[in-house]
Amino acid sequence: MITLKVNGKTLETDAAPDTPLLWVLRDHLGLTGTKFGCGKSLCGACTVHVDGSATRSCVTEVSNVVGKDIRTIEGLSSDRSHPVQKAWLELDVPQCGYCQSGQIMAASALLAQNPSPSDADIDSAMAGNICRCGTYPRIRAAIHRAAELMKTGGAS
Amino acid sequence: MSAHPKDTAPAALDRREFLKASALAGGGLVIGISLAGCGKPADLAKAAGGQPVAWLKIGGDNSITILVDKSEMGQGVYTALPMLIAEELDVPLAAVKVVAAPAGAAYANIFLGTQITGGSTSVREGWQKLRAAGAQARAMLLGAAADEWKVDVGSLKTDAGVVTGPNGQKRTFGELAEAAAKRPLPKDAKPKDASAYKLVGKATPRVDTPSKLDGSAEFGIDVKLPGMKYAALAQSPVLGGKLKSVDSAAAEKLPGVVKVVTTSTGVAVVADHYWQAHVARDALKLSWDEGPNAKLDSAAIRAGLKAAKGTAQSARKDGDAAKALKAAKKKVEASYELPLLAHATMEPMNCTAVVTADRCELYVPTQIQQIAQATAAAAAGLKPEQVSVTTTLLGGGFGRRLEVDFIPAAVEAAKAVGAPVKLIWTREDDMTHDAYRPPAHDSGSAGFDASGALQAVHIQLTSPSVTARMFPPVVEKAVDPFAVEAAANFLYDVPNVSVDYLRHEIGINVGYWRSVSHSLNCFVVESFMDECAHAAGKDPFEFRRALLGKQPRAKRVLEEAAARAGWGKAPAGHHQGIAVMEGYGTYLAQVAEISVEQGKLKVHRIFCAVDCGQRVNPLIVDQQLTGGMVFGLSAALWGEITLAGGKVQQKNFDEYRVVRMNQMPELGVHVLDSSEAPGGIGEPAVALVAPAIANAWFAATGKRVRALPFSASGIA
Repeated sequence: MITLKVNGKTLETDAAPDTPLLWVLRDHLGLTGTKFGCGKSLCGACTVHVDGSATRSCVTEVSNVVGKDIRTIEGLSSDRSHPVQKAWLELDVPQCGYCQSGQIMAASALLAQNPSPSDADIDSAMAGNICRCGTYPRIRAAIHRAAELMKTGGAS
Repeated sequence: MSAHPKDTAPAALDRREFLKASALAGGGLVIGISLAGCGKPADLAKAAGGQPVAWLKIGGDNSITILVDKSEMGQGVYTALPMLIAEELDVPLAAVKVVAAPAGAAYANIFLGTQITGGSTSVREGWQKLRAAGAQARAMLLGAAADEWKVDVGSLKTDAGVVTGPNGQKRTFGELAEAAAKRPLPKDAKPKDASAYKLVGKATPRVDTPSKLDGSAEFGIDVKLPGMKYAALAQSPVLGGKLKSVDSAAAEKLPGVVKVVTTSTGVAVVADHYWQAHVARDALKLSWDEGPNAKLDSAAIRAGLKAAKGTAQSARKDGDAAKALKAAKKKVEASYELPLLAHATMEPMNCTAVVTADRCELYVPTQIQQIAQATAAAAAGLKPEQVSVTTTLLGGGFGRRLEVDFIPAAVEAAKAVGAPVKLIWTREDDMTHDAYRPPAHDSGSAGFDASGALQAVHIQLTSPSVTARMFPPVVEKAVDPFAVEAAANFLYDVPNVSVDYLRHEIGINVGYWRSVSHSLNCFVVESFMDECAHAAGKDPFEFRRALLGKQPRAKRVLEEAAARAGWGKAPAGHHQGIAVMEGYGTYLAQVAEISVEQGKLKVHRIFCAVDCGQRVNPLIVDQQLTGGMVFGLSAALWGEITLAGGKVQQKNFDEYRVVRMNQMPELGVHVLDSSEAPGGIGEPAVALVAPAIANAWFAATGKRVRALPFSASGIA
């Protein structure tokens, strides 16, 4: 058995140690908010936080994250109150929505490290997250908006 | 696909006994729509699976439910379609609950003949049937109140689901629903006049947004059923190949593997968890009969299209273009090539199935429910009415989910193991086994007279036909309407116009891809018109404008795009290109602004002016326009699927590049206010991006790009 710390809870899984974290989250732990897009760290749909850093769970073996703090979209807040979620709602960012868990996790990791990102910072942090619906202009605007919300006490 | 309201079924709606009303068990009102043309009014009471066929249910508990028969794939149907009902009923959007409709003939798309989310038809179709259903329901509810209070219907008011009488009497819709259901259908219930709109035309937040922010939105890949197993599928690497033999001994010994099932479309490995199935799939020893495509490659496909001979079908003939071309004082001729494209939805293909002796349940992200149902039935050895189809959210559609190729293996595997099975394709499976956007080899010829007037245009289109495979009766006696879009409706006022289409199959399946043949033909027609403008020594905008005198909506969007994008006023070193089209009843023009950076194309901005008639939800219209431009930009810059030895060479997003955040140009959109009936908006903006950029590249360099993607010319 592997013991994991996910969204603040201690969870056990019988997944093989080389199973990608993505599939442990989705199949073994039922956390399907984290999405499968490419399996090769090319699209960002599977992005989660590992010790606060944006991490592609599709290429991260579960044995490598034992003892680390894993956070998924389900654990970003309990009530969609994270400033990134609030900004995403305000700007109606998602279309099909499939990539948005990954976008939100990448954006929230960026803002945790850089509370006032420039457009270039956003380009650099978000270039790994593909959106086929083309929501990029709203993602950019929503990251700036989330940065404002964090400064004005919108943080939960 | 394009479907023009003026050409197809909606005109016949008035003649049909269209709406039906009935009582809901437990005391409520159901408004259903019966396509009397199908001759099955009994469908209203019972559909496959015993579910009532309905669009709108008003319950005794004041609940209002709309069964949306279009798939939510990001284009906003779960918001825009309920808005039409909420508007007619005078209730807030939040009061209308959305449920995905089951599969059934009664839910057939009235433009397209079967249950389809495609052709940018959802709002255009809902505009007719959902407003009618809402108006009928409202009239019946008011009629019930008027009877109870013995007052004139005209003295009643509705607001937020409550009917108020002249003396202040009040009844909720729920209280009136049972009595309303007993009334005859009113013959004269008309949808609201535009002047009375409270919701339609207002930017309204999407109802699906909250669930897409916390991981709770359920896509097909997220379906969970008790006892569910997972499957990975090994398919022939050569397209069209067949399984010769499989040795599954090693795979079957791996942890979690439940069974290896040879299905009609490949070998499915079923396991307790997905990753176990995925790993075990790699342990299969497979041998394939590669079939007729074993030596197929892209060069052969291109050469075949270029050399294709046969009888072309006429898609448009005004005057005598051949004669006028012979008489021309000056001619312009050019050929264009377009590649195969993958859809690359973010959510790879997947399907979950449960099969018992007499039932099959399908949980599937699909754009084509009835065909999914029939496909599952055939795979399960059941009748279609024994198959229920639950449409999940779709992680992108773009036409890919009009295909049902991923369904049989899921059904056959579920039947073989006697448990629910979720089959998931990898990204590589998805990219190498798509039904690709058709490639094309097209050409244009134009002739000017001695005065410099454009007298003749001939467009010759050569490509394989999607429709011939998917809907063969459509092309039995007519040119494939979904191969000649944006060409057959050539907008410019030229006395002699001919558009011919030569169907040339290439050995692999091609599929409908967002904007369908507009994505091919807009590039051809709008590049060619640009070539004509330059040959005539005219400004490309002025040249087009002068030829659009009989197309006021096209002319207006062209002028708006030019004015708002600052046509002719690009900053130093920047260059502009323009293109215009009509598609899906919507008129658009785009201006692209580019520069040349060390020999490479850099796109700075794209501006789009649009007349899509009455907007239902302007917020979603803007999303579809900007999103469509990004989709078109990916294809224009890099989109190309190539084959070698019958195998697709692009496997993932490193080899099939799409636009990312850091590659985004500035996008601008301006939508004109209009009271015309709504046009389609999900697709058309895709198609103008490539020609607008190609025309800008010519303005910058004097070089004409006649083949897509731009990367194939070494400039992107």
